[in-house]
Amino acid sequence: MTAQPTDIATYNFAYLDEQTKRMIRRAILKGIAIPGYQVPFASREMPMPYGWGTGGVQVTASIIGPDDVLKVIDQGADDTTNAVSIRAFFKKVANVAVTTETAKATIIQTRHRIPEHPLTSGQVLVYQVPIPEPLRFLEPRETETRKMHALEEYGLMHVKLYEDIARHGRIATTYAYPVKVEGRYVMDPSPTPKFDNPKMHRSPALQLFGAGREKRIYALPPFTDVVSLDFEDHPFEVQTFDQPCALCAAENVYLDEVILDDHGDHMFVCSDTDHCEKRREQGRRGDLAPETMEPTQ
Amino acid sequence: MSDVPLLRVSALSKFYGSRIGCENVSFDLWPGEVLAVVGESGSGKTTLLNCLSTRLLPSSGTASYRMRDGQFRELYRMSEAERRFLMRTDWGFVHQNPADGLRMTVSAGANVGERLMAVGDRHYGKIRATAVDWLSRVEIDEDRIDDEPRAFSGGMRQRLQIARNLVTGPRLVFMDEPTGGLDVSVQARLLDLLRGLVTDLGLAAIVVTHDLAVARLLSQRMMVMKDGRVVESGLTDRVLDDPRAPYTQLLVSSILQV
Amino acid sequence: MYVAVKGGEAAIANAHALLADRRRGDRSVPALRLDQIVEQLALGVDRVMSEGSLYDRELAALAIVQARGDMIEAIFLIRAYRTTLPRFGYTRAIDTGAMLVERRVSATYKDLPGGQLLGPTFDYTHRLLDPGLAAGGDVASPLQRASEADAMPRVSAILAREGLIEPDGDMPQDHIPGDITREPLEFPMARDIRLQALSRGDEGFLLALGYSTQRGYARNHPFVGEVRIGEVELELDVPELPFAVPLGSARVTECQMVNQFKGSAKAPPQFTRGYGLVFGQSERKAMAMALCDRALRATEFGEDVVAAAQDEEFVISHSDNVQATGFVEHLKLPHYVDFQAELDLVRRMRAEHDARENGGKVEEKREAAE
Repeated sequence: MTAQPTDIATYNFAYLDEQTKRMIRRAILKGIAIPGYQVPFASREMPMPYGWGTGGVQVTASIIGPDDVLKVIDQGADDTTNAVSIRAFFKKVANVAVTTETAKATIIQTRHRIPEHPLTSGQVLVYQVPIPEPLRFLEPRETETRKMHALEEYGLMHVKLYEDIARHGRIATTYAYPVKVEGRYVMDPSPTPKFDNPKMHRSPALQLFGAGREKRIYALPPFTDVVSLDFEDHPFEVQTFDQPCALCAAENVYLDEVILDDHGDHMFVCSDTDHCEKRREQGRRGDLAPETMEPTQ
Repeated sequence: MSDVPLLRVSALSKFYGSRIGCENVSFDLWPGEVLAVVGESGSGKTTLLNCLSTRLLPSSGTASYRMRDGQFRELYRMSEAERRFLMRTDWGFVHQNPADGLRMTVSAGANVGERLMAVGDRHYGKIRATAVDWLSRVEIDEDRIDDEPRAFSGGMRQRLQIARNLVTGPRLVFMDEPTGGLDVSVQARLLDLLRGLVTDLGLAAIVVTHDLAVARLLSQRMMVMKDGRVVESGLTDRVLDDPRAPYTQLLVSSILQV
Repeated sequence: MYVAVKGGEAAIANAHALLADRRRGDRSVPALRLDQIVEQLALGVDRVMSEGSLYDRELAALAIVQARGDMIEAIFLIRAYRTTLPRFGYTRAIDTGAMLVERRVSATYKDLPGGQLLGPTFDYTHRLLDPGLAAGGDVASPLQRASEADAMPRVSAILAREGLIEPDGDMPQDHIPGDITREPLEFPMARDIRLQALSRGDEGFLLALGYSTQRGYARNHPFVGEVRIGEVELELDVPELPFAVPLGSARVTECQMVNQFKGSAKAPPQFTRGYGLVFGQSERKAMAMALCDRALRATEFGEDVVAAAQDEEFVISHSDNVQATGFVEHLKLPHYVDFQAELDLVRRMRAEHDARENGGKVEEKREAAE
């Protein structure tokens, strides 16, 4: 658009106007006051498509200040294209410092993972949520699901888990595994693998969830009880991996499967790229780690 | 039978605009008693049932239900939360069409277990054992427990719906034409089963039917409705053998060819 | 040896450079000017303004160029810009009865005050490709009426005189019209909110739903009472001034659908209405919107809700093409963390299944041997 000079649009700090930010902050505060409750908010159109993190971006834009340090991950990795794109967006519209290091970030926006490095007090984890309603696939109607939450009618949620066990011998929900918050609201943890559910429980960090297209915000204040739904005789359990990370030898972390060639050979590596790099910098070496460290960007 | 009613209904009316749904209906229902409400379609019997089960709000009148703690509560003053809790614990509702009362896309076992889970049961093994027990009580083979009701015959679906309603040990069950839409031979078997269960469990029930044979077999007492009003009520045998209202006489002579 | 894939940032920059190149196309062909688009692709511009819900032809034209002619992408660009604009206030309700009409047709009356006015329509054109347009020859000037047109009362007002159609209805004195771009949507919604959502809903989606009502899925016996297109005045109340301040005019298309209704406990037998209003010129959208609006009023009239078009949650939740395209297209984002979890589960269940099968076979053989 070189023909058009740029008098056409100037944007506020962090893109959203201050009025909108205040509205979103009110929704966040309400969410914090009622942990796990989905607060409707007047979601704005964002300059990225719905479903690509507009909820998380609005939450981040409303709470970010010039002194914040932002980390953005997608699938646990800082270098996936959508994470890169969102990080670049905030660098451009808020001119904030960005990092890939979990420990250095004050705000971490995430899609589908919780970092392996334990979060600390003062950090905020912002989740991008596609479908905030944990009951949605059991009951498509918003009017009905809101009533079910209000009346704490969650029998249906266990019907689904019952069906899993009856059919598969185990609970076959592997991600977006429903949780109960402070013994009251059933909540969708966003499509994180259930491996990450225990990390939400009594986390010292503030956890905020934004669903832009569905226009909902919800929150877990620090040290909130978050319990994954289960049966007494079929307790909740997380995925385990048979082998450590092939690059950094980490165990008890979430691994991605990487296909190596067209014979189907594969290896398992940390999904959390920052965690993996830190370990390799410390000299931890997995079976397939390169001889020397690749310089990171 | 206890000498305190379970349900007290007083001057209940429901209008749809200027049209009468049902008008000025009063009766008491005692624990363990089965009351049949008979009449032709349009007589107001289903409107009455829907008001009593709080699926509809009446235009005027009251209905009080004696809770498990012995206290009477006015049904139409309860919060929706209380009513819904009553619906899934102390009450049952058997629909004419089983698809309205079942979850057609989850297994028979889960259909029976849902009410247990809704009131907080969290032991899969126990829930399943209870489901197996209830399936056998309604004569459904244990090996059908993981099948969806879609794969069941009409009679089986209706029996599954009954099991789903009775699993939490309700004290009052509403039934809307429970044998409607079934073959005659299937109806007979279902009526036998229902009669057995009602007696064994000491259930109180309000059964809406247009079929006097169903009323005869299931109920101790009956009400005959026409144009929204009760035209006759009394012990079932008395009403059927010695009908007093002209309309009841007509009904008995035209339908009950015994 | 394995090296993790890196360089997302560079890849994105390169992809966007390529996009800019493809957007410009062959450099020997002159670049499009915005005024060319505004003047010659006006209906495309109208759609972007309407579904983008921002009345600005030049911005819409810019969005169309930037989106390479992809209308939904252009609407998206406009929406993302519109949302950052501050609100100064809300205009008074426009008076379409006082519209400076360029086109107005009614299917319910042969002739009526103000007459039938065909205006610039595709109706009755034969859809034959015109090679003349490729050559870019001169176009003759159209005839124009010499004097001011007669007053053109709305057809709904004509029917209302006999009480045969539901009235416009009055809003409560203190009613503040909703704003779906500022307040969260909640179901069930008031009609003013619903109409806003429909007005910026996807043309194709509403067209299909409106069509479905005609084919029997929630049939509501529609007649086009009137479709009118033209300029309406916009006025703003300013607290310090005793009169409304004129802001200018906007071109809109309005459709009033007249529908049969037998009457209910609350209302006497009368015609009911479906309403459609969009920015610019789009009869298709306005008519489809009116059909959907009427279908969505089923509960209000005590009609059975049996079809998709009558289901408010279904229609309104899925009518926004910016939301729809985002969520459909997000499927191409990486999902490998979740996929990994599913992969692991399926592998485990397969292993157990195979063990059972093989175990079973061993047992069968043993039985056979005994």
